[in-house]
Amino acid sequence: MKQSWKVRLWRWTIISVVGAYLLVPLYAMFDFSTKPFGFADKGRTFRAWQIIPSQPDLMAAISRSLITAGIVMALILFLIVPTAIWVHLKLPALRRPFELLCLLPLAIPAIVIVVGIAPLYRWISIHLTESPISLAGVYSMLILPYTYRSLSAALDAVDIHTLAEAARTLGANTSRVIFGIIMPTIKTGIVNGSFIAIALVLGEYTISNILNYKTFQVVIAQIGRTNGNVAVAVSLASILFVLVLLLAIPTKKRQGKVLDVDLA
Amino acid sequence: MTQLQYKGTGSATGRTGSRYWRGKTAYLGVIPFLIVSGLFLLYPTWNVASGAFQDNYGKFSTDKLKEVFNSEIARKAFTNSLEISAKTALAGAILGALFAWALVNGKPGGYFYRVSVALSSVLAQFGGVMLTFAFLATFGFNGLIANIAVKYAPDTFLADASWLYGKFGISVLYTFFQIPLMVLVFLPTLENLKPQWREASDALGGKAYEYWLRIGIPILTPSFAGAALLLFVNSFSAYATAATLINLSDFLTPLQIATALTSETGGANPAEAKALSFYMVVVVVIAMTLYSLLRRRVSKWEQRR
Repeated sequence: MKQSWKVRLWRWTIISVVGAYLLVPLYAMFDFSTKPFGFADKGRTFRAWQIIPSQPDLMAAISRSLITAGIVMALILFLIVPTAIWVHLKLPALRRPFELLCLLPLAIPAIVIVVGIAPLYRWISIHLTESPISLAGVYSMLILPYTYRSLSAALDAVDIHTLAEAARTLGANTSRVIFGIIMPTIKTGIVNGSFIAIALVLGEYTISNILNYKTFQVVIAQIGRTNGNVAVAVSLASILFVLVLLLAIPTKKRQGKVLDVDLA
Repeated sequence: MTQLQYKGTGSATGRTGSRYWRGKTAYLGVIPFLIVSGLFLLYPTWNVASGAFQDNYGKFSTDKLKEVFNSEIARKAFTNSLEISAKTALAGAILGALFAWALVNGKPGGYFYRVSVALSSVLAQFGGVMLTFAFLATFGFNGLIANIAVKYAPDTFLADASWLYGKFGISVLYTFFQIPLMVLVFLPTLENLKPQWREASDALGGKAYEYWLRIGIPILTPSFAGAALLLFVNSFSAYATAATLINLSDFLTPLQIATALTSETGGANPAEAKALSFYMVVVVVIAMTLYSLLRRRVSKWEQRR
């Protein structure tokens, strides 16, 4: 059906107004990060972008945050996903309590979690480690609702009971059933969950700032106080990085299920 | 039904042992998860919930809850939080729904569609430090729009960056991440609208506005309201953006909680932080309950395709 000119007019008005709202600040970031230093107001310079790699604090924070994201992903793969499958397969009685537990973080804002978890992390930093990598524990809980949703949708879509039965009849043991048979069939759900893990860990500020851990965002905020251009350049770079990552993921079935709520 | 089938074939492994123990040992499988979630999720939840009913020495009392409830500053912060969350939820929901409509009317799966959805997922997570930087670069001192305003419209509020640090400024920032979130949440709903409904309306002689007024909007209202509630919770819980933009410690409830928790001048007051947190959770739980009730209504037509 061909669209009437009215529909097209409305469409493009909305797209340009909302698009401007969303894109102008991003362009302003680019503009700001390429402003010449000092008082000259003409020309462009990419110095702020060039000196990103020579910020030792920043590079350390990025690698720490990436390691944390890796640990969170490992927790998803080897703890949360197997438990979800296990509950689906063997403990139907626990499905409802498990779901409630997974959705609990939705009811508790990050700032409230910090209040409750501060004593635990005080203990961890005194007795175990002061590294921000230990935040992986609480991060893996923050993303539970998203992991759970993409997982349970995926688990409902395939008949995992028949799959598990077939695998067992052919002699597979339990871990083979979970890791070798069921997990590959719900790959999309797991990939979605893992992507959210990266986005969350790289973007998390509330918990790490209040607990005094130097994560990526905390360090960017620090740099922003002394060297605005560089901080803005890094921010824009990380947005583009995540965007490219997202576009690279195969899109089938992904849209609409990726995110329901923001955790900032 | 599949669960029932499975129960009957549980002995496929040929494991020995009584039926009773086979059922019980399955529970061992959830222990690792219980330990991790117990430490990092249930413990902090319990800590806040029980702490709200204790004084700073661990004795049971509702004094802190009462004290916070009667505190002028806490009330102001709470109403600020509620007001900003409600306004940005509504603004974000309307703009986001319109944008989602514009996307649905384009080529589905086309390049523009894909990039918009991907960009939305990025920007919905964009709150915090980076968002503050983006808006400082736009409207802040020496920012892109601010500079243009200084040159061509020095009398407008845009020329003076101080508006950014008030209620209106915060709302503009919050709406920035609300719109893409709404796009993500609302897009599937719009895509599931049956084209037959529109065709039926057209065939019976209905005009476009009649379709929207009598069919489209009534059908979409529950999911729109549900999405708006999600957006409300989203900005009600937000801390990072406000924290990096303004240092006014009691402007919003999350900021006040952070101050009560970390105050460096020796005024740290965990009991107050817990009492404030308790009120926040109450609001969020109410909103999420309403949300799930609305979703149940929605899913009747949305899940059938």
